[in-house]
Amino acid sequence: MKTETRHEQFEAPSILGNFLRRLHIDIPLFIGLLLTSMLSLIILYSAGSQDMDVLMRQVSRVGLAFMLMIVLAHVDPYQFKRYATILFGIGIILLFAVLIMGQIGKGAQRWLDLGVFRFQPSEMIKITTPMMVAWYLAEYAMPPKAKQILIAAMLILLPTLLIAKQPDLGTALLVASSGAGVLFFAGLSWWIMFAIVAFLGALTPIIWHFMHGYQRDRVLTFLNPEADPLGRGYHIIQSKIAIGSGGIYGKGWLGSTQSELEFLPESSTDFIFAVFAEEFGLLGCLGLLTLYLLIIARCLYIASQTQDAFSRLLASSLAFTFFVYVFVNIGMVIGVLPVVGVPLPLISYGGTSIVTLLAGFGILMSIHTHKKFR
Amino acid sequence: MSNMYAIKDHTVEKNIFINRIVAAFIVISLLTTGLIVRLIYLQIVGHEHYASLAKDNSIKIVPLVPTRGMIYDRNGKVLAENTTSYSLEIIPEQVANMDDTLQRLQTLLDVSDEELEQYQKLRKRQKRFVSSPLLLSMNDEQLAKFAVARPYFPGVDIHRQLVRHYPYGDLAAHVVGYVGRINETEMKELPIAEYRGSSHIGKLGIELSYEHDLHGKTGYAEIETNVQARLLNTLNEVNPEPGSNLYLTLDIDLQKTAYDALGGYNGSVVAIDIKTGGVLAFVSRPGFDPNPFVVGISNDDYEALQSNENQPLYNRALRGLYPPGSTVKPFVALAGLEYQAITPEQKLFCPGYYQLPGVTHKYRDWKKGGHGSVDMNQAITESCDVYFYRLAATLGIDNMVSFMQKFGFGEKTGIDLVGEKAGLLPTREWKREKKNQAWYPGETLITGIGQGYLQVTPIQLAKATAALANQGKVITPFLVDKVVSAHGSHPGSNLSYYNVSVKTDNFNAVVAGMVNVVHSARGTAKGINKNITYQIAGKTGTAQVLGIKQNAKYNENSIDFKFRDHALFMSFAPVEDPKIAVVVIAENGGHGGSVAAPIAGQVIKQYLEGSHEN
Repeated sequence: MKTETRHEQFEAPSILGNFLRRLHIDIPLFIGLLLTSMLSLIILYSAGSQDMDVLMRQVSRVGLAFMLMIVLAHVDPYQFKRYATILFGIGIILLFAVLIMGQIGKGAQRWLDLGVFRFQPSEMIKITTPMMVAWYLAEYAMPPKAKQILIAAMLILLPTLLIAKQPDLGTALLVASSGAGVLFFAGLSWWIMFAIVAFLGALTPIIWHFMHGYQRDRVLTFLNPEADPLGRGYHIIQSKIAIGSGGIYGKGWLGSTQSELEFLPESSTDFIFAVFAEEFGLLGCLGLLTLYLLIIARCLYIASQTQDAFSRLLASSLAFTFFVYVFVNIGMVIGVLPVVGVPLPLISYGGTSIVTLLAGFGILMSIHTHKKFR
Repeated sequence: MSNMYAIKDHTVEKNIFINRIVAAFIVISLLTTGLIVRLIYLQIVGHEHYASLAKDNSIKIVPLVPTRGMIYDRNGKVLAENTTSYSLEIIPEQVANMDDTLQRLQTLLDVSDEELEQYQKLRKRQKRFVSSPLLLSMNDEQLAKFAVARPYFPGVDIHRQLVRHYPYGDLAAHVVGYVGRINETEMKELPIAEYRGSSHIGKLGIELSYEHDLHGKTGYAEIETNVQARLLNTLNEVNPEPGSNLYLTLDIDLQKTAYDALGGYNGSVVAIDIKTGGVLAFVSRPGFDPNPFVVGISNDDYEALQSNENQPLYNRALRGLYPPGSTVKPFVALAGLEYQAITPEQKLFCPGYYQLPGVTHKYRDWKKGGHGSVDMNQAITESCDVYFYRLAATLGIDNMVSFMQKFGFGEKTGIDLVGEKAGLLPTREWKREKKNQAWYPGETLITGIGQGYLQVTPIQLAKATAALANQGKVITPFLVDKVVSAHGSHPGSNLSYYNVSVKTDNFNAVVAGMVNVVHSARGTAKGINKNITYQIAGKTGTAQVLGIKQNAKYNENSIDFKFRDHALFMSFAPVEDPKIAVVVIAENGGHGGSVAAPIAGQVIKQYLEGSHEN
């Protein structure tokens, strides 16, 4: 109650402003997310062969995700900190459960069937990993010292390896970068970062050795897609044709020929950017990238305004992970990164990624709108 | 600097953080610029190139599907082949007046209303530019008529395709299996390049186990087409490599003899070439016709097969679990000799029942009144249960089980078919784990005569029989003898075997008993020793389907057919130089000697004499 009265002293006494503050919604971020989601529906309608059912399913998912975001925005950020370890622990246990059930079911398994609905623990861990690492590092002075770096690295590696084993390389990559983001923002020395990059570079042959056959194929295909035009290279070749043929102005909404004629596979999910680029051209792409950058900039701004180490690290890492999402997806669709299963955030068809993403933004809003003045 | 202090310095931390935020934003901007540069390269610099590629996607990469390999039996008779079939397909986009076209086609080709309705349904689900079939397989008359009238039907065309066909139908369905349309789950796991353009994949049997060899390697052609999608030019072509042909060890004539010999009984016959492990006959009756599965079996038909109480889809030879009954006695006898629990000459008295010390329960012999005093040879010949109760009690379950395991009981045989069952060889540990109970002495007794928990599959019993005939050489059975491709041929599976060390004298003692089963006046299978020039060693078995109460009498005629005992027979021949091992299980056949043994006799006779006695 005390904070409420203080807010009123600092804020302009606008009725709308007051209402939104009570809702704990950050207006610029909310508008950015809403715009992107609407854009998503417009592209999905075209990419999904104008199927109304597909569209309505996505509308209900997006609605659900937005509600979750608003709910999380109401939670005091102190609670995230308080429950970080427990949530992380539960996430790890569930990942183990999925792995064991997967072994029984023989084959890749990412789902945990809870009877009522199916749940993907690797999605939850995308948020709880940076939460956990932020909780841990916030206890100590920044920048982190060797011992803390080592423990943080283990906290990141555990879920990453469990997910990579499923095998879900895309999600593993996102989890790893969300944790690494926390370390980066905590002030990890540049030298150590270079050392890690160099180490990973040296490790490449060993990683290669442990990769699944199809994962190797993807890397090889990425290096030379034309070598295998019917198989792995097909996606990349077709997606480049779609994007390139879009030109500067694009072929217009519903004008994509490549996805219409089904030359472009997975046009609604991971490769939706190709449809977007074909229909809206370079200008559309620049617009979309700008929208993404604005969202990221707002998130980083929110992070810069935080007062405690935990919120700061968590907020900045979530913003950074969002960018990794965008970069990895677009990078693979335009053929500068190997194909890993990462959707285009807020745009691709599918429920799980959008729910997790908006949950993250809900946490960011909670951090921003629950500030206490010291 | 702040490294020096353990306490937090908020100003320093805030500065570090703001620096990092700025650094992050710079990195993000740089990477985004990278993406934009690439987009500019694709959409401005490369635009013309990609636009021409995309223009009606005029250069297409078309997969060239390889021809699936054939499957032959050991004498070169075709078990699976590819036949040509012609379908009539329509691309709605290219048809000016659909109703008119369909009406004219109906009168010209005599299309049934049903087929027309089917097509209308299909058409609604498909996109307008997708070609979908009106007629799945056209007859010669339809082909000729349409060929003449073709110019009047734009957008309608004949498509030629190869369809898998199994000339022997239900006779070999459980061996050869079938191919079916690739479903969604399979699609996800398949190598995309290899299966682009392929519509079918092995689902069962050899078709499934040897999918990799049968499929072949997909080729592709880059073709240039005009706006009407007419082929203009082929730019580049990589030919497909046809799938390898498979030559099985199976003898389809022997298979037929065995299948027919089973007559009205459900059951299984497995025959193995003792020297190599090659499977000569692999019958599971009833079979089913695999051909409808290739084009897509209707739901009703599939439902009917599934709910049929004779379970035609069930591969009894591979997956059927049966109590082996007295067919285990030769193995128990051999175990007794090896562990020196008994000698061949030692006689045991059979009063018609056996009681464990201090227990009132009577374990009964099949023969009321008993066999009197019998040695091992007589015990096998007459299938004396009491002899084996006593032998099992002396041996103990642990010795019995560890010996039988060496002959492959309780383990998959490793035959080159997917979905094999392992059977069950019960142990103390198994019972503790599954039933949470101790092992009872009475259970040792009934295991000794092949009842109780013990379960075998026909192929397993055949493998063990072959090993017995081979004096302890246990060979993994297999079906595919040769895989022949354009590059040469290689064996389907490598000969793999191990030896169980058992004294030759002990083998001979047991086999002598088995010979008497067939060739002595008191033998339980003496009915099959007429008109043969060689000796057969065998053992009958009768497996209880129904538990019989202590004082009740089993009366075959008063019992419902499906509760009647299973009839079993295991055998090999000729005794001096064993060539073939045959196992027969006739479900609800009643007696091994009168029902199962004659079936084995026919199979052996045809294989050794090369003629089908009828």
